[in-house]
Amino acid sequence: MNSDVTDFASLAPAYPEVLMALGILVLLLVGVVINKERSALVSWLAVGLLAATGLLVMLQPTDGVIFNGLFIADSFGRFMKVLVIGGAGLALILAMSNAEENGVHKYEYSVLALLATLGMMVMVSANDLMSLYVGLELQSLSLYVMAAIKRDDPRASEAGLKYFVLGALSSGLLLYGASLIYGFTGHTNLGEIVIAIANEGRSVGLIFGVVFLLAGVAFKISAVPFHMWTPDVYEGAPTPVTAFFAMAPKVAAMTLMIRLVMDTFAPITSDWQQIVIFLSIASMVLAAFAAIGQQSLKRLIAYSSIGHVGFALVGLSSGTQVGVEGVAIYMAIYVAMTVGLFACLLSFRTDTGYVETIDDLAGAAQTRPFVAAIMAILMFSLIGLPPLAGFFAKWHVFLAAIEANLYVLSVIGVLASAVSAFYYLRVVKVMFFDAPIKQFAAVPGELNIIMAASGFLVVTYYFTVGNPLASWAQTAAGSLF
Amino acid sequence: MGLEIGLGHYLTVAAILFTLGVFGIFINRKNIIVILMSVELILLAVNLNLVAFSAHLNDLQGQVFALMILTVAAAEAAIGLAILVIFYRNRGTIAVEDVNMMKG
Repeated sequence: MNSDVTDFASLAPAYPEVLMALGILVLLLVGVVINKERSALVSWLAVGLLAATGLLVMLQPTDGVIFNGLFIADSFGRFMKVLVIGGAGLALILAMSNAEENGVHKYEYSVLALLATLGMMVMVSANDLMSLYVGLELQSLSLYVMAAIKRDDPRASEAGLKYFVLGALSSGLLLYGASLIYGFTGHTNLGEIVIAIANEGRSVGLIFGVVFLLAGVAFKISAVPFHMWTPDVYEGAPTPVTAFFAMAPKVAAMTLMIRLVMDTFAPITSDWQQIVIFLSIASMVLAAFAAIGQQSLKRLIAYSSIGHVGFALVGLSSGTQVGVEGVAIYMAIYVAMTVGLFACLLSFRTDTGYVETIDDLAGAAQTRPFVAAIMAILMFSLIGLPPLAGFFAKWHVFLAAIEANLYVLSVIGVLASAVSAFYYLRVVKVMFFDAPIKQFAAVPGELNIIMAASGFLVVTYYFTVGNPLASWAQTAAGSLF
Repeated sequence: MGLEIGLGHYLTVAAILFTLGVFGIFINRKNIIVILMSVELILLAVNLNLVAFSAHLNDLQGQVFALMILTVAAAEAAIGLAILVIFYRNRGTIAVEDVNMMKG
Protein backbone atom coordinates (compact mmCIF):
# COMPACT_ATOMS: atom_id res chain seq x y z
CA MET A 1 0.00 0.00 0.00
CA ASN A 2 2.82 2.38 0.76
CA SER A 3 4.72 3.55 -2.23
CA ASP A 4 7.85 5.58 -2.61
CA VAL A 5 6.93 8.58 -4.72
CA THR A 6 10.47 8.94 -6.00
CA ASP A 7 10.17 5.60 -7.77
CA PHE A 8 8.52 6.40 -11.09
CA ALA A 9 7.56 2.80 -11.84
CA SER A 10 5.46 2.65 -8.68
CA LEU A 11 3.29 5.42 -10.13
CA ALA A 12 2.05 3.08 -12.90
CA PRO A 13 -1.64 3.22 -11.82
CA ALA A 14 -1.51 7.02 -12.13
CA TYR A 15 0.36 7.24 -15.44
CA PRO A 16 -2.67 8.70 -17.27
CA GLU A 17 -2.95 11.50 -14.68
CA VAL A 18 0.79 12.14 -14.81
CA LEU A 19 0.66 12.35 -18.60
CA MET A 20 -2.29 14.74 -18.40
CA ALA A 21 -0.61 17.01 -15.84
CA LEU A 22 2.65 17.22 -17.80
CA GLY A 23 0.75 17.71 -21.07
CA ILE A 24 -1.25 20.58 -19.58
CA LEU A 25 1.95 22.36 -18.53
CA VAL A 26 3.37 21.97 -22.04
CA LEU A 27 0.14 23.20 -23.63
CA LEU A 28 0.09 26.22 -21.37
CA LEU A 29 3.61 27.06 -22.58
CA VAL A 30 2.63 26.49 -26.20
CA GLY A 31 -0.37 28.76 -25.72
CA VAL A 32 1.74 31.53 -24.25
CA VAL A 33 4.51 31.29 -26.84
CA ILE A 34 2.50 31.12 -30.06
CA ASN A 35 0.35 33.87 -31.44
CA LYS A 36 -3.09 34.19 -29.87
CA GLU A 37 -4.78 33.96 -33.28
CA ARG A 38 -3.71 30.37 -33.62
CA SER A 39 -5.48 28.94 -30.59
CA ALA A 40 -7.02 26.28 -32.88
CA LEU A 41 -3.61 24.58 -32.66
CA VAL A 42 -3.88 24.44 -28.87
CA SER A 43 -7.41 23.06 -29.15
CA TRP A 44 -6.29 20.25 -31.43
CA LEU A 45 -3.28 19.54 -29.22
CA ALA A 46 -5.66 19.38 -26.26
CA VAL A 47 -7.87 16.87 -28.09
CA GLY A 48 -4.72 14.90 -28.97
CA LEU A 49 -3.61 14.90 -25.34
CA LEU A 50 -7.03 13.66 -24.25
CA ALA A 51 -6.91 10.92 -26.90
CA ALA A 52 -3.44 9.85 -25.77
CA THR A 53 -4.55 9.79 -22.13
CA GLY A 54 -7.65 7.81 -23.06
CA LEU A 55 -5.55 5.27 -24.92
CA LEU A 56 -3.19 5.00 -21.97
CA VAL A 57 -6.14 4.36 -19.65
CA MET A 58 -7.48 1.61 -21.91
CA LEU A 59 -4.29 -0.06 -23.11
CA GLN A 60 -2.19 0.07 -19.93
CA PRO A 61 -4.57 -1.10 -17.24
CA THR A 62 -2.69 -1.22 -13.94
CA ASP A 63 -4.70 -1.77 -10.78
CA GLY A 64 -3.40 -0.52 -7.50
CA VAL A 65 -3.62 1.84 -4.56
CA ILE A 66 -0.84 4.42 -4.46
CA PHE A 67 0.15 7.71 -2.80
CA ASN A 68 -0.33 6.20 0.67
CA GLY A 69 -3.87 5.16 -0.11
CA LEU A 70 -4.98 8.47 -1.62
CA PHE A 71 -5.45 7.14 -5.13
CA ILE A 72 -7.04 3.96 -6.43
CA ALA A 73 -6.99 2.56 -9.97
CA ASP A 74 -9.55 -0.15 -10.75
CA SER A 75 -11.61 -1.20 -13.76
CA PHE A 76 -14.63 0.80 -12.56
CA GLY A 77 -12.49 3.93 -12.49
CA ARG A 78 -11.09 3.14 -15.92
CA PHE A 79 -14.57 2.77 -17.44
CA MET A 80 -15.63 6.12 -16.03
CA LYS A 81 -12.34 7.79 -16.95
CA VAL A 82 -12.80 6.78 -20.57
CA LEU A 83 -16.28 8.35 -20.46
CA VAL A 84 -14.95 11.51 -18.83
CA ILE A 85 -12.10 11.85 -21.30
CA GLY A 86 -14.36 11.07 -24.24
CA GLY A 87 -16.96 13.60 -23.11
CA ALA A 88 -14.33 16.27 -22.58
CA GLY A 89 -12.65 15.64 -25.93
CA LEU A 90 -15.92 15.73 -27.83
CA ALA A 91 -16.93 18.94 -26.05
CA LEU A 92 -13.61 20.50 -27.10
CA ILE A 93 -14.22 19.51 -30.72
CA LEU A 94 -17.73 21.00 -30.51
CA ALA A 95 -16.20 24.25 -29.27
CA MET A 96 -14.00 24.67 -32.35
CA SER A 97 -16.60 25.81 -34.85
CA ASN A 98 -17.41 29.50 -34.48
CA ALA A 99 -15.22 29.62 -31.39
CA GLU A 100 -14.87 33.39 -31.69
CA GLU A 101 -18.61 34.00 -31.50
CA ASN A 102 -18.90 31.81 -28.40
CA GLY A 103 -15.97 33.47 -26.70
CA VAL A 104 -14.10 30.16 -26.41
CA HIS A 105 -11.39 30.94 -28.97
CA LYS A 106 -8.79 31.78 -26.34
CA TYR A 107 -6.21 29.07 -25.67
CA GLU A 108 -6.97 29.33 -21.95
CA TYR A 109 -10.29 27.64 -22.66
CA SER A 110 -8.65 24.40 -23.79
CA VAL A 111 -6.17 24.48 -20.91
CA LEU A 112 -8.96 25.05 -18.38
CA ALA A 113 -10.97 22.22 -19.92
CA LEU A 114 -7.96 19.92 -19.55
CA LEU A 115 -7.41 21.00 -15.94
CA ALA A 116 -11.07 20.29 -15.21
CA THR A 117 -10.66 16.87 -16.84
CA LEU A 118 -7.60 16.14 -14.72
CA GLY A 119 -9.62 17.08 -11.64
CA MET A 120 -12.37 14.71 -12.74
CA MET A 121 -9.87 11.89 -13.25
CA VAL A 122 -8.63 12.43 -9.69
CA MET A 123 -12.24 12.44 -8.45
CA VAL A 124 -12.92 9.17 -10.24
CA SER A 125 -9.83 7.61 -8.66
CA ALA A 126 -10.13 9.22 -5.23
CA ASN A 127 -9.67 6.80 -2.35
CA ASP A 128 -9.46 9.36 0.44
CA LEU A 129 -11.61 12.31 1.50
CA MET A 130 -8.63 14.61 0.86
CA SER A 131 -7.90 13.51 -2.71
CA LEU A 132 -11.65 13.53 -3.33
CA TYR A 133 -11.86 17.16 -2.23
CA VAL A 134 -8.78 18.31 -4.13
CA GLY A 135 -9.93 16.60 -7.33
CA LEU A 136 -13.40 18.05 -6.96
CA GLU A 137 -12.07 21.56 -6.44
CA LEU A 138 -9.64 21.34 -9.35
CA GLN A 139 -12.62 20.46 -11.48
CA SER A 140 -14.98 23.05 -9.99
CA LEU A 141 -12.58 26.00 -10.01
CA SER A 142 -11.81 25.38 -13.69
CA LEU A 143 -15.50 25.08 -14.49
CA TYR A 144 -16.37 28.39 -12.76
CA VAL A 145 -13.91 30.19 -15.00
CA MET A 146 -15.11 28.33 -18.09
CA ALA A 147 -18.71 29.41 -17.42
CA ALA A 148 -17.65 33.06 -17.35
CA ILE A 149 -15.04 32.83 -20.11
CA LYS A 150 -17.04 35.06 -22.45
CA ARG A 151 -16.03 38.07 -20.44
CA ASP A 152 -18.02 40.74 -22.26
CA ASP A 153 -21.31 38.85 -22.08
CA PRO A 154 -23.50 39.81 -19.08
CA ARG A 155 -25.36 36.50 -19.16
CA ALA A 156 -22.18 34.42 -19.18
CA SER A 157 -20.73 36.35 -16.25
CA GLU A 158 -23.99 35.97 -14.36
CA ALA A 159 -23.91 32.24 -15.07
CA GLY A 160 -20.34 32.11 -13.79
CA LEU A 161 -21.26 34.00 -10.65
CA LYS A 162 -24.26 31.80 -9.87
CA TYR A 163 -22.26 28.66 -10.53
CA PHE A 164 -19.48 29.91 -8.29
CA VAL A 165 -21.70 30.82 -5.34
CA LEU A 166 -23.73 27.61 -5.39
CA GLY A 167 -20.69 25.49 -6.21
CA ALA A 168 -18.78 26.96 -3.28
CA LEU A 169 -21.77 26.31 -1.03
CA SER A 170 -21.92 22.69 -2.19
CA SER A 171 -18.18 22.26 -1.55
CA GLY A 172 -18.81 23.64 1.93
CA LEU A 173 -21.59 21.13 2.59
CA LEU A 174 -19.41 18.31 1.28
CA LEU A 175 -16.50 19.36 3.46
CA TYR A 176 -18.64 19.68 6.57
CA GLY A 177 -19.84 16.15 5.93
CA ALA A 178 -16.27 15.00 5.38
CA SER A 179 -15.15 16.57 8.66
CA LEU A 180 -17.95 14.81 10.57
CA ILE A 181 -17.13 11.48 8.94
CA TYR A 182 -13.47 11.97 9.84
CA GLY A 183 -14.41 12.82 13.41
CA PHE A 184 -16.75 9.90 13.96
CA THR A 185 -14.68 7.22 12.22
CA GLY A 186 -11.18 8.58 12.87
CA HIS A 187 -10.05 8.10 9.26
CA THR A 188 -10.02 9.98 5.98
CA ASN A 189 -9.11 6.96 3.88
CA LEU A 190 -12.23 5.50 2.27
CA GLY A 191 -11.02 1.92 2.77
CA GLU A 192 -10.43 2.49 6.47
CA ILE A 193 -13.73 4.31 6.88
CA VAL A 194 -15.59 1.19 5.65
CA ILE A 195 -13.81 -0.94 8.26
CA ALA A 196 -14.49 1.62 10.99
CA ILE A 197 -18.19 1.84 10.12
CA ALA A 198 -18.48 -1.95 9.93
CA ASN A 199 -16.83 -2.36 13.34
CA GLU A 200 -18.39 0.48 15.29
CA GLY A 201 -21.79 0.64 13.62
CA ARG A 202 -23.63 3.83 12.85
CA SER A 203 -23.80 6.90 15.03
CA VAL A 204 -25.86 10.06 14.68
CA GLY A 205 -22.75 12.10 13.86
CA LEU A 206 -21.78 9.70 11.11
CA ILE A 207 -25.25 9.80 9.54
CA PHE A 208 -25.13 13.62 9.61
CA GLY A 209 -21.78 13.45 7.86
CA VAL A 210 -23.12 11.07 5.21
CA VAL A 211 -26.11 13.32 4.56
CA PHE A 212 -23.94 16.42 4.14
CA LEU A 213 -21.42 14.60 1.97
CA LEU A 214 -24.12 13.19 -0.32
CA ALA A 215 -25.83 16.60 -0.49
CA GLY A 216 -22.55 18.09 -1.70
CA VAL A 217 -22.18 15.44 -4.39
CA ALA A 218 -25.87 15.77 -5.33
CA PHE A 219 -25.15 19.45 -6.10
CA LYS A 220 -22.47 18.40 -8.55
CA ILE A 221 -24.68 15.89 -10.38
CA SER A 222 -27.54 18.45 -10.15
CA ALA A 223 -30.08 16.15 -8.52
CA VAL A 224 -33.24 17.79 -7.14
CA PRO A 225 -33.43 19.56 -4.63
CA PHE A 226 -29.85 20.71 -5.33
CA HIS A 227 -30.46 21.49 -9.00
CA MET A 228 -31.37 25.18 -8.97
CA TRP A 229 -28.10 26.35 -10.53
CA THR A 230 -28.38 24.04 -13.54
CA PRO A 231 -30.95 25.80 -15.77
CA ASP A 232 -29.41 29.24 -15.20
CA VAL A 233 -25.84 28.11 -15.81
CA TYR A 234 -26.78 26.06 -18.86
CA GLU A 235 -28.70 28.96 -20.34
CA GLY A 236 -26.18 31.69 -19.56
CA ALA A 237 -22.93 29.94 -20.46
CA PRO A 238 -21.92 29.80 -24.15
CA THR A 239 -23.33 26.64 -25.79
CA PRO A 240 -19.98 24.78 -26.20
CA VAL A 241 -19.30 25.36 -22.49
CA THR A 242 -22.76 24.06 -21.64
CA ALA A 243 -21.96 20.97 -23.71
CA PHE A 244 -18.84 20.46 -21.61
CA PHE A 245 -20.82 20.88 -18.36
CA ALA A 246 -23.49 18.45 -19.45
CA MET A 247 -21.14 15.54 -20.10
CA ALA A 248 -17.85 14.98 -18.29
CA PRO A 249 -18.53 16.63 -14.88
CA LYS A 250 -21.80 14.73 -14.51
CA VAL A 251 -20.07 11.42 -15.18
CA ALA A 252 -17.27 12.22 -12.73
CA ALA A 253 -19.62 13.31 -9.94
CA MET A 254 -21.83 10.28 -10.53
CA THR A 255 -18.76 8.06 -10.22
CA LEU A 256 -17.96 9.73 -6.91
CA MET A 257 -21.51 9.11 -5.74
CA ILE A 258 -21.32 5.44 -6.75
CA ARG A 259 -17.93 4.89 -5.15
CA LEU A 260 -19.01 6.56 -1.91
CA VAL A 261 -22.31 4.77 -1.44
CA MET A 262 -21.44 1.36 -2.84
CA ASP A 263 -18.00 1.11 -1.30
CA THR A 264 -17.52 3.43 1.65
CA PHE A 265 -21.06 3.45 3.01
CA ALA A 266 -21.83 -0.17 2.15
CA PRO A 267 -22.32 -1.08 5.85
CA ILE A 268 -25.10 1.51 6.17
CA THR A 269 -26.88 0.73 2.91
CA SER A 270 -30.39 1.19 4.30
CA ASP A 271 -29.53 4.76 5.36
CA TRP A 272 -28.06 6.05 2.11
CA GLN A 273 -30.65 4.18 0.07
CA GLN A 274 -33.40 6.46 1.44
CA ILE A 275 -31.41 9.53 0.42
CA VAL A 276 -30.69 8.25 -3.09
CA ILE A 277 -34.27 7.12 -3.65
CA PHE A 278 -35.53 10.56 -2.59
CA LEU A 279 -33.05 12.33 -4.90
CA SER A 280 -34.03 10.01 -7.73
CA ILE A 281 -37.80 10.47 -7.44
CA ALA A 282 -37.53 14.23 -6.90
CA SER A 283 -35.24 14.64 -9.93
CA MET A 284 -37.36 12.55 -12.28
CA VAL A 285 -40.68 14.12 -11.31
CA LEU A 286 -39.59 17.74 -11.02
CA ALA A 287 -37.61 17.65 -14.28
CA ALA A 288 -40.53 16.10 -16.17
CA PHE A 289 -42.96 18.81 -15.09
CA ALA A 290 -40.62 21.82 -14.97
CA ALA A 291 -39.37 21.24 -18.52
CA ILE A 292 -42.87 21.46 -19.99
CA GLY A 293 -43.11 25.23 -19.63
CA GLN A 294 -39.64 26.02 -20.96
CA GLN A 295 -39.15 28.09 -24.09
CA SER A 296 -35.37 28.19 -24.08
CA LEU A 297 -33.74 25.14 -25.66
CA LYS A 298 -30.80 25.14 -23.26
CA ARG A 299 -33.08 25.30 -20.22
CA LEU A 300 -35.01 22.39 -21.70
CA ILE A 301 -31.77 20.43 -22.01
CA ALA A 302 -30.87 21.41 -18.45
CA TYR A 303 -34.12 19.97 -17.09
CA SER A 304 -33.70 16.97 -19.34
CA SER A 305 -30.26 16.34 -17.85
CA ILE A 306 -31.68 16.68 -14.32
CA GLY A 307 -34.27 14.06 -15.24
CA HIS A 308 -31.61 11.73 -16.64
CA VAL A 309 -29.61 12.00 -13.43
CA GLY A 310 -32.79 10.91 -11.64
CA PHE A 311 -33.13 7.88 -13.91
CA ALA A 312 -29.48 6.94 -13.42
CA LEU A 313 -29.99 7.16 -9.64
CA VAL A 314 -32.82 4.61 -9.98
CA GLY A 315 -30.14 2.06 -10.81
CA LEU A 316 -27.95 3.19 -7.92
CA SER A 317 -30.90 2.99 -5.48
CA SER A 318 -30.92 -0.78 -5.88
CA GLY A 319 -27.50 -0.96 -4.19
CA THR A 320 -26.56 -4.03 -6.23
CA GLN A 321 -23.88 -4.85 -8.77
CA VAL A 322 -26.49 -4.97 -11.53
CA GLY A 323 -27.54 -1.48 -10.49
CA VAL A 324 -24.03 -0.07 -10.74
CA GLU A 325 -23.65 -1.77 -14.11
CA GLY A 326 -26.89 -0.10 -15.19
CA VAL A 327 -25.70 3.34 -14.08
CA ALA A 328 -22.40 2.86 -15.93
CA ILE A 329 -24.24 1.95 -19.13
CA TYR A 330 -26.68 4.81 -18.57
CA MET A 331 -23.90 7.36 -18.27
CA ALA A 332 -22.19 6.04 -21.44
CA ILE A 333 -25.41 6.30 -23.45
CA TYR A 334 -26.19 9.69 -21.88
CA VAL A 335 -22.84 11.05 -23.07
CA ALA A 336 -23.41 9.67 -26.59
CA MET A 337 -26.87 11.27 -26.79
CA THR A 338 -25.84 14.58 -25.23
CA VAL A 339 -22.91 15.16 -27.57
CA GLY A 340 -25.22 14.62 -30.56
CA LEU A 341 -27.81 16.94 -29.08
CA PHE A 342 -25.32 19.76 -28.61
CA ALA A 343 -23.88 19.21 -32.09
CA CYS A 344 -27.43 19.70 -33.43
CA LEU A 345 -27.90 22.80 -31.28
CA LEU A 346 -24.65 24.31 -32.55
CA SER A 347 -25.70 23.52 -36.14
CA PHE A 348 -28.81 25.67 -35.94
CA ARG A 349 -27.19 29.02 -36.50
CA THR A 350 -28.68 32.04 -38.21
CA ASP A 351 -26.90 35.16 -39.38
CA THR A 352 -27.71 36.85 -36.10
CA GLY A 353 -26.52 34.06 -33.81
CA TYR A 354 -27.52 30.73 -32.35
CA VAL A 355 -31.13 29.69 -31.90
CA GLU A 356 -32.33 30.27 -28.37
CA THR A 357 -35.94 29.16 -28.16
CA ILE A 358 -37.80 26.10 -29.33
CA ASP A 359 -39.94 28.19 -31.67
CA ASP A 360 -36.81 29.28 -33.53
CA LEU A 361 -36.51 25.71 -34.75
CA ALA A 362 -39.80 25.96 -36.66
CA GLY A 363 -39.66 24.14 -39.97
CA ALA A 364 -36.06 23.05 -39.52
CA ALA A 365 -36.97 19.72 -41.12
CA GLN A 366 -37.45 21.51 -44.44
CA THR A 367 -34.41 23.76 -44.37
CA ARG A 368 -31.98 21.41 -42.58
CA PRO A 369 -33.41 17.89 -42.99
CA PHE A 370 -30.30 16.02 -41.83
CA VAL A 371 -29.84 17.95 -38.58
CA ALA A 372 -33.56 17.84 -37.84
CA ALA A 373 -33.66 14.08 -38.44
CA ILE A 374 -30.73 13.46 -36.08
CA MET A 375 -32.29 15.73 -33.49
CA ALA A 376 -35.60 13.88 -33.75
CA ILE A 377 -33.82 10.52 -33.34
CA LEU A 378 -32.03 11.83 -30.26
CA MET A 379 -35.29 13.17 -28.82
CA PHE A 380 -36.93 9.75 -29.28
CA SER A 381 -33.90 8.17 -27.65
CA LEU A 382 -34.02 10.61 -24.71
CA ILE A 383 -37.68 9.67 -24.20
CA GLY A 384 -36.57 6.04 -24.13
CA LEU A 385 -38.38 4.56 -27.12
CA PRO A 386 -37.20 1.11 -28.27
CA PRO A 387 -35.07 0.13 -30.12
CA LEU A 388 -33.00 3.29 -29.57
CA ALA A 389 -30.11 3.46 -27.09
CA GLY A 390 -32.06 5.52 -24.55
CA PHE A 391 -34.50 2.64 -24.13
CA PHE A 392 -31.73 0.21 -23.20
CA ALA A 393 -30.24 2.72 -20.77
CA LYS A 394 -33.55 2.92 -18.90
CA TRP A 395 -34.09 -0.83 -19.28
CA HIS A 396 -30.88 -1.60 -17.37
CA VAL A 397 -31.55 0.74 -14.45
CA PHE A 398 -35.23 -0.17 -14.05
CA LEU A 399 -34.40 -3.87 -14.25
CA ALA A 400 -31.93 -3.43 -11.39
CA ALA A 401 -34.53 -1.52 -9.34
CA ILE A 402 -37.19 -4.19 -9.89
CA GLU A 403 -34.77 -6.96 -8.94
CA ALA A 404 -34.19 -5.07 -5.69
CA ASN A 405 -37.99 -4.92 -5.11
CA LEU A 406 -38.17 -1.13 -5.53
CA TYR A 407 -41.52 -1.30 -7.32
CA VAL A 408 -42.84 2.12 -6.30
CA LEU A 409 -39.67 3.82 -7.48
CA SER A 410 -39.84 1.98 -10.82
CA VAL A 411 -43.49 2.87 -11.40
CA ILE A 412 -42.85 6.55 -10.61
CA GLY A 413 -39.84 6.47 -12.94
CA VAL A 414 -41.79 5.04 -15.85
CA LEU A 415 -44.59 7.57 -15.31
CA ALA A 416 -42.09 10.46 -15.18
CA SER A 417 -40.55 9.13 -18.37
CA ALA A 418 -43.98 9.19 -20.02
CA VAL A 419 -44.59 12.80 -18.89
CA SER A 420 -41.17 13.84 -20.17
CA ALA A 421 -42.11 12.51 -23.62
CA PHE A 422 -44.36 15.56 -23.97
CA TYR A 423 -41.63 18.18 -24.02
CA TYR A 424 -39.27 16.12 -26.17
CA LEU A 425 -42.03 15.53 -28.72
CA ARG A 426 -42.88 19.24 -28.73
CA VAL A 427 -39.42 19.97 -30.16
CA VAL A 428 -39.94 17.32 -32.85
CA LYS A 429 -43.38 18.72 -33.66
CA VAL A 430 -42.04 22.28 -34.02
CA MET A 431 -39.24 21.11 -36.31
CA PHE A 432 -41.37 18.92 -38.55
CA PHE A 433 -44.84 20.43 -38.66
CA ASP A 434 -44.43 24.19 -38.28
CA ALA A 435 -43.72 26.54 -41.16
CA PRO A 436 -40.07 27.62 -41.54
CA ILE A 437 -39.32 31.13 -40.30
CA LYS A 438 -35.53 31.20 -40.19
CA GLN A 439 -32.75 30.62 -42.66
CA PHE A 440 -29.91 28.61 -41.13
CA ALA A 441 -26.22 29.02 -41.88
CA ALA A 442 -24.07 26.20 -43.27
CA VAL A 443 -23.09 23.44 -40.83
CA PRO A 444 -19.36 22.99 -40.08
CA GLY A 445 -17.93 19.62 -41.10
CA GLU A 446 -16.91 18.29 -37.68
CA LEU A 447 -20.42 18.86 -36.32
CA ASN A 448 -21.83 16.76 -39.16
CA ILE A 449 -19.46 13.93 -38.29
CA ILE A 450 -20.34 14.06 -34.58
CA MET A 451 -24.06 14.17 -35.32
CA ALA A 452 -23.82 11.26 -37.75
CA ALA A 453 -21.78 9.20 -35.27
CA SER A 454 -24.14 9.96 -32.38
CA GLY A 455 -27.20 9.17 -34.49
CA PHE A 456 -25.63 5.95 -35.77
CA LEU A 457 -24.73 4.74 -32.27
CA VAL A 458 -28.15 5.58 -30.89
CA VAL A 459 -30.02 3.81 -33.68
CA THR A 460 -27.84 0.71 -33.99
CA TYR A 461 -26.97 0.46 -30.28
CA TYR A 462 -28.44 -3.01 -29.84
CA PHE A 463 -26.58 -4.48 -32.81
CA THR A 464 -23.23 -2.74 -32.48
CA VAL A 465 -21.95 -1.41 -29.16
CA GLY A 466 -24.68 -2.80 -26.89
CA ASN A 467 -23.10 -6.13 -25.96
CA PRO A 468 -19.46 -5.05 -25.68
CA LEU A 469 -20.53 -2.05 -23.60
CA ALA A 470 -22.63 -4.21 -21.28
CA SER A 471 -19.83 -6.71 -20.71
CA TRP A 472 -17.33 -3.93 -20.11
CA ALA A 473 -19.70 -2.27 -17.63
CA GLN A 474 -20.12 -5.64 -15.92
CA THR A 475 -16.35 -5.97 -15.40
CA ALA A 476 -16.25 -2.37 -14.21
CA ALA A 477 -19.09 -2.80 -11.69
CA GLY A 478 -17.56 -6.10 -10.55
CA SER A 479 -14.43 -4.35 -9.33
CA LEU A 480 -16.46 -2.48 -6.69
CA PHE A 481 -17.75 -5.65 -5.03
CA MET B 1 -14.40 26.25 39.34
CA GLY B 2 -12.89 26.11 35.90
CA LEU B 3 -14.92 25.25 32.84
CA GLU B 4 -13.41 22.44 30.82
CA ILE B 5 -13.54 23.24 27.10
CA GLY B 6 -14.01 19.94 25.30
CA LEU B 7 -14.74 18.59 21.84
CA GLY B 8 -18.43 19.35 22.19
CA HIS B 9 -17.82 23.06 22.61
CA TYR B 10 -15.66 23.26 19.52
CA LEU B 11 -18.21 21.32 17.48
CA THR B 12 -20.97 23.63 18.69
CA VAL B 13 -19.05 26.75 17.70
CA ALA B 14 -18.26 25.19 14.30
CA ALA B 15 -21.91 24.24 13.79
CA ILE B 16 -23.01 27.79 14.64
CA LEU B 17 -20.44 29.26 12.24
CA PHE B 18 -21.51 26.84 9.52
CA THR B 19 -25.18 27.70 9.97
CA LEU B 20 -24.37 31.42 9.92
CA GLY B 21 -22.48 30.89 6.66
CA VAL B 22 -25.32 28.99 5.00
CA PHE B 23 -27.90 31.54 6.13
CA GLY B 24 -25.60 34.33 5.04
CA ILE B 25 -25.81 32.96 1.51
CA PHE B 26 -29.55 32.42 1.41
CA ILE B 27 -30.99 35.23 3.48
CA ASN B 28 -28.54 37.90 2.35
CA ARG B 29 -30.36 40.36 0.08
CA LYS B 30 -27.67 42.98 -0.23
CA ASN B 31 -24.27 42.33 -1.61
CA ILE B 32 -22.35 39.55 -3.30
CA ILE B 33 -19.21 40.30 -1.28
CA VAL B 34 -21.18 39.21 1.79
CA ILE B 35 -21.82 35.89 0.04
CA LEU B 36 -18.08 35.43 -0.50
CA MET B 37 -17.54 36.13 3.19
CA SER B 38 -20.19 33.56 4.07
CA VAL B 39 -18.42 30.98 1.94
CA GLU B 40 -15.21 31.65 3.86
CA LEU B 41 -17.14 31.31 7.12
CA ILE B 42 -18.37 27.86 6.07
CA LEU B 43 -14.85 26.73 5.19
CA LEU B 44 -13.49 28.04 8.49
CA ALA B 45 -16.20 26.19 10.39
CA VAL B 46 -15.08 23.01 8.64
CA ASN B 47 -11.44 23.73 9.53
CA LEU B 48 -12.36 24.25 13.18
CA ASN B 49 -14.22 20.92 13.11
CA LEU B 50 -11.25 19.14 11.58
CA VAL B 51 -8.69 20.56 13.96
CA ALA B 52 -10.90 19.83 16.99
CA PHE B 53 -11.40 16.24 15.86
CA SER B 54 -7.71 15.95 15.08
CA ALA B 55 -6.76 16.99 18.61
CA HIS B 56 -9.46 14.80 20.12
CA LEU B 57 -8.45 11.71 18.11
CA ASN B 58 -4.75 12.43 18.55
CA ASP B 59 -4.37 11.97 14.79
CA LEU B 60 -2.60 14.35 12.40
CA GLN B 61 -4.68 13.69 9.28
CA GLY B 62 -7.32 16.21 10.25
CA GLN B 63 -4.77 19.01 10.47
CA VAL B 64 -3.33 18.08 7.09
CA PHE B 65 -6.85 18.20 5.67
CA ALA B 66 -7.37 21.65 7.25
CA LEU B 67 -4.20 22.94 5.60
CA MET B 68 -5.39 21.68 2.22
CA ILE B 69 -8.73 23.41 2.71
CA LEU B 70 -6.98 26.69 3.58
CA THR B 71 -4.99 26.49 0.36
CA VAL B 72 -7.95 25.66 -1.84
CA ALA B 73 -10.05 28.35 -0.12
CA ALA B 74 -7.47 30.95 -1.15
CA ALA B 75 -7.69 29.84 -4.78
CA GLU B 76 -11.47 29.79 -4.55
CA ALA B 77 -11.62 33.33 -3.19
CA ALA B 78 -9.34 34.55 -5.97
CA ILE B 79 -11.56 33.04 -8.65
CA GLY B 80 -14.73 34.25 -6.97
CA LEU B 81 -13.46 37.83 -6.84
CA ALA B 82 -12.30 37.64 -10.47
CA ILE B 83 -15.75 36.52 -11.59
CA LEU B 84 -17.29 39.25 -9.44
CA VAL B 85 -15.10 41.85 -11.16
CA ILE B 86 -16.21 40.84 -14.67
CA PHE B 87 -19.81 40.74 -13.46
CA TYR B 88 -19.44 44.30 -12.17
CA ARG B 89 -17.87 45.44 -15.45
CA ASN B 90 -20.80 44.06 -17.43
CA ARG B 91 -23.62 45.12 -15.17
CA GLY B 92 -22.29 47.98 -13.05
CA THR B 93 -23.71 46.50 -9.85
CA ILE B 94 -22.95 43.79 -7.31
CA ALA B 95 -26.31 43.77 -5.56
CA VAL B 96 -27.77 40.31 -5.10
CA GLU B 97 -31.19 41.39 -6.36
CA ASP B 98 -29.65 42.40 -9.70
CA VAL B 99 -28.40 38.89 -10.44
CA ASN B 100 -31.63 38.16 -12.24
CA MET B 101 -31.19 37.98 -16.01
CA MET B 102 -32.13 34.33 -16.07
CA LYS B 103 -35.15 32.88 -14.32
CA GLY B 104 -37.63 30.08 -14.61
